[in-house]
Amino acid sequence: MTNPKGAVPPLSLTAELTHRCPLHCGYCSNPIELLTRDQELDTATWREVLTQAHDIGVLQVHFSGGEPLGRKDLAELIEHTAGLGAYVNLVTSGLGLTEARLQSLVDAGLNHVQLSVQGADAAIGDRIAGTRAHHHKIIAADLVRRAGLPLSVNVVLHRENHHQVAALIDFAEELGADRLELANTQYYGWALRNRSQLMPTADQLAAAELIVQDALVRLKGKMQIVYVIADYPEKFPKPCTYGWGARQITVAPDGTVMPCPAASAISTLQLENVRERSLGEIWYDSSSFNAYRGDDWMSDTCRSCDRRELDFGGCRCQAFLLTGDAAATDPVCHKSPDRGVVDLILAEPRRTGLVMRSPSR
Amino acid sequence: MTAEALSGTASPGPRPRIRRGVRLSYDKVRNTPVVLHPEGVLIPNPTATAVLELCDGEHSLTEIARLLADRYDAVQPEQIRSLLDRLADKQVVEWT
Repeated sequence: MTNPKGAVPPLSLTAELTHRCPLHCGYCSNPIELLTRDQELDTATWREVLTQAHDIGVLQVHFSGGEPLGRKDLAELIEHTAGLGAYVNLVTSGLGLTEARLQSLVDAGLNHVQLSVQGADAAIGDRIAGTRAHHHKIIAADLVRRAGLPLSVNVVLHRENHHQVAALIDFAEELGADRLELANTQYYGWALRNRSQLMPTADQLAAAELIVQDALVRLKGKMQIVYVIADYPEKFPKPCTYGWGARQITVAPDGTVMPCPAASAISTLQLENVRERSLGEIWYDSSSFNAYRGDDWMSDTCRSCDRRELDFGGCRCQAFLLTGDAAATDPVCHKSPDRGVVDLILAEPRRTGLVMRSPSR
Repeated sequence: MTAEALSGTASPGPRPRIRRGVRLSYDKVRNTPVVLHPEGVLIPNPTATAVLELCDGEHSLTEIARLLADRYDAVQPEQIRSLLDRLADKQVVEWT
């Protein structure tokens, strides 16, 4: 297939199997309006989506959610994906992962597990998760290690756990992680609703920077650490993934196809659904995937900037959420005419009292 | 450890192997070998592909260098070592 914007085959698919989740983290990037079980794609449709994804070039599938273990057909979907030759990654809270369940997933062809961790100890971990979650992490990590799979630990950092960065690194080591992702909260979905409550202080960020730098050196060759910075205080924006519609596809639980997991935030985008059109047609021909490919859509600020090939104008979703225009320069950029919006947010007094993630009424 | 291996006399030296959870595969859509690993996908060039095919925990670095010297005149053992070090940093291979 050819594409006027120069699109090449996608590399990875994030399959958000469900929005249902036993955790209630206030930093969740899922949308505020969570989909319910009756809106989810059935097994046959997911199988078809996975086949189509593989046919157009997807080599890696991330089963995510919500909590993907909440789907009884997870092993079947993994087996189907592995059978196509794609690499299978499971992104999980660990709740519901028993030895027998994990074995069924490993037998089906699971290659890698990403385990979320909310805090370095039960007191903080359970409070952030809104349920007794912490001890499940220890059990899940042990199971994954004993099954011989590589283990990544993912931590979302915010004001309530930032002081634990050193302890979180120690905890990930104890869990036997091959890789630790320490990601400062990015503000989409529930995290945007709770932004003021979650935003770390400048002192917290400065302290974490030093701890992470030290750990990177100390643990080189033992545990890989990926630190995702808080972008609001920065001079330049984070890149829009590898470019809009360049490598990744996300399919939401109801079959909505998105260029990234946050893209449903852009209400001006005409998102399409795998129930109505094939993944290949959506990837190459849809207005949503073509909207921000290349640089024709860019503002003059971005089109005249040397960094446009590095950050693609920054995050489209953030541009929309903070300026109302998804084609605007990401207002985090110091060259953006809207940078004042971000500076105002940073200067606001911080509120307390997280709104916990919960199903829509 | 790798320098000693390249001297190639006293011991067979360290043996690289592809880590668990990493797979060398072939992609029919792009018509190219690919390395699938927890963090993503790498597209190795022909030399890297030939090296990875020998990263089975059986061949030593010295042996890999010797085998590839027969196939690729221009490949130096130092290049293979630095390639493997980069792949080890990406957690694609490990030394045994």
